Amino acid sequence: MNMKTSLRIPAFLPAAALLAAGFMACASAAAGTPYTERALRNYDTYCVQCHGVKRNGRGVNTRDMAVQPRDHSDAKGMGDIPDEEIAHAIKDGGLAVNKSVLMPAWGNVMSDEEIKELVAYLRFVCNCGSTK
Amino acid sequence: MKRSLLAASLGAAFAAGPALAADNPGTGILKAQCISCHAIAKPDNMTLDRLWTRKGPDLYYAGSKFNKAWLVKWMQEPVRIRPAGEFYAKHVKAGDKEDVVDESTLTAHVKLSKADAEAVADALMALTGPDGLVAKGAFKGDKVSMAMGAMFFSKLRGCAACHSAKPGTGGASGPELYTAGERLQPDYIYSYIKDPQKVDPHIWMPTLNLAEPDLQRLTGYILQLSASEGK
Ligand code: HEC
Ligand code: HEC
Ligand code: HEC
Repeated sequence: MNMKTSLRIPAFLPAAALLAAGFMACASAAAGTPYTERALRNYDTYCVQCHGVKRNGRGVNTRDMAVQPRDHSDAKGMGDIPDEEIAHAIKDGGLAVNKSVLMPAWGNVMSDEEIKELVAYLRFVCNCGSTK
Repeated sequence: MKRSLLAASLGAAFAAGPALAADNPGTGILKAQCISCHAIAKPDNMTLDRLWTRKGPDLYYAGSKFNKAWLVKWMQEPVRIRPAGEFYAKHVKAGDKEDVVDESTLTAHVKLSKADAEAVADALMALTGPDGLVAKGAFKGDKVSMAMGAMFFSKLRGCAACHSAKPGTGGASGPELYTAGERLQPDYIYSYIKDPQKVDPHIWMPTLNLAEPDLQRLTGYILQLSASEGK
């Protein structure tokens, strides 16, 4: 894991939330905010259980899962998925994009706006744009 | 005039929360030992921030959720229900392969004597929560094939990602379900699966838009699991 990745993927959640809040304050003052605090909070609440503390697809639920969650820190793999597909997968679940049912639908939990913010956050985590 | 108004509003308050009447000794125990971690009245601020700060699951609708016999038993001998605690995000850390539960962050639950457990169970069963939280009579009680149930639970609807249907397997972020039939009322199981956010607005189980036959089948399967596995 290189320096950049370890900065992007904090090891402990409560610390992560604090750190990110701090980063954000700087980031928005300096360079424009790459993601919202709300997106980070939503990810830590809803996604970490499967996608992992390190965002590497190795959450606490994954030991017995037949299909492993996507590694959100993988620039190549995430770069291959267009923004619209990411948003669609989050809102309507894996089945909606011909992927596994083990990726659930979050459209009843988060608004379209929140999902859009999550897509931006995922782009920050993978340090990749969409190549499509 | 003033006095009768006061009496009327007092009366209304009591009618809304009969369990909080002072004559129930269980209510006294709840207030003294439990409300630091559990809400026994519906909080006004049902926000995501509150989910992160609360220290235990909400109990203000306990009477619509639990079987009383289980409450009495569990409060005397509490054992873990949620493999990764409440709430999971505060109790997991990166492991060698995948994230693991950080056992050092989980503490043993307070234990009650038999008499206290019975009094508290009475007080909890009177806390039925908001009207319409649970659809009464929704579960039809049909027997389901365990093989079919297991297939839906694991492969087709993905419940096993977060829940275990058997000790030692399955997901860890949701409560173990092989004891759910002993713990929970059938209509609560049905209603929760149908719309978890209606019960607990920001909970990390999504509403999975399941059709009626799925809801019946999964509720029946979970109830039958308890009969076979949850011993
Ligand atoms: C219950 C476990 C689980 C949870 C919770 C979960 N995911 Fe997933 N996710 C998966 C699995 C499994 C896959 C891989 C599906 C496949 O490749 O067939 C996946 C894949 C994805 C993908 C890739 C989709 C694609 O088109 O390849 C994205 C993006 C994603 N998840 C985002 C999220 C976000 C954001 C959250 C939180 C809101 C989340 N996931 C919560 C299990 C989960
Ligand atoms: C230090 C915080 C704390 C205190 C104090 C506490 N509890 Fe709990 N309680 C918890 C946690 C955390 C859980 C979840 C345990 C699990 O899932 O394994 C829980 C679970 C429960 C449950 C099961 C709820 C469910 O949804 O599964 C009941 C019932 C309960 N507690 C009753 C009580 C009573 C009665 C008292 C007071 C005598 C009490 N608790 C005091 C933290 C607390
Ligand atoms: C993304 C993770 C996730 C998935 C997928 C999921 N659940 Fe849940 N489930 C949870 C969480 C979290 C809770 C409540 C936790 C709490 O109250 O602390 C829960 C609660 C429940 C309860 C109430 C249990 C109790 O002890 O209070 C039932 C019943 C249930 N789920 C059934 C299902 C079924 C059936 C499915 C598949 C259709 C399913 N769940 C899919 C995470 C999940």
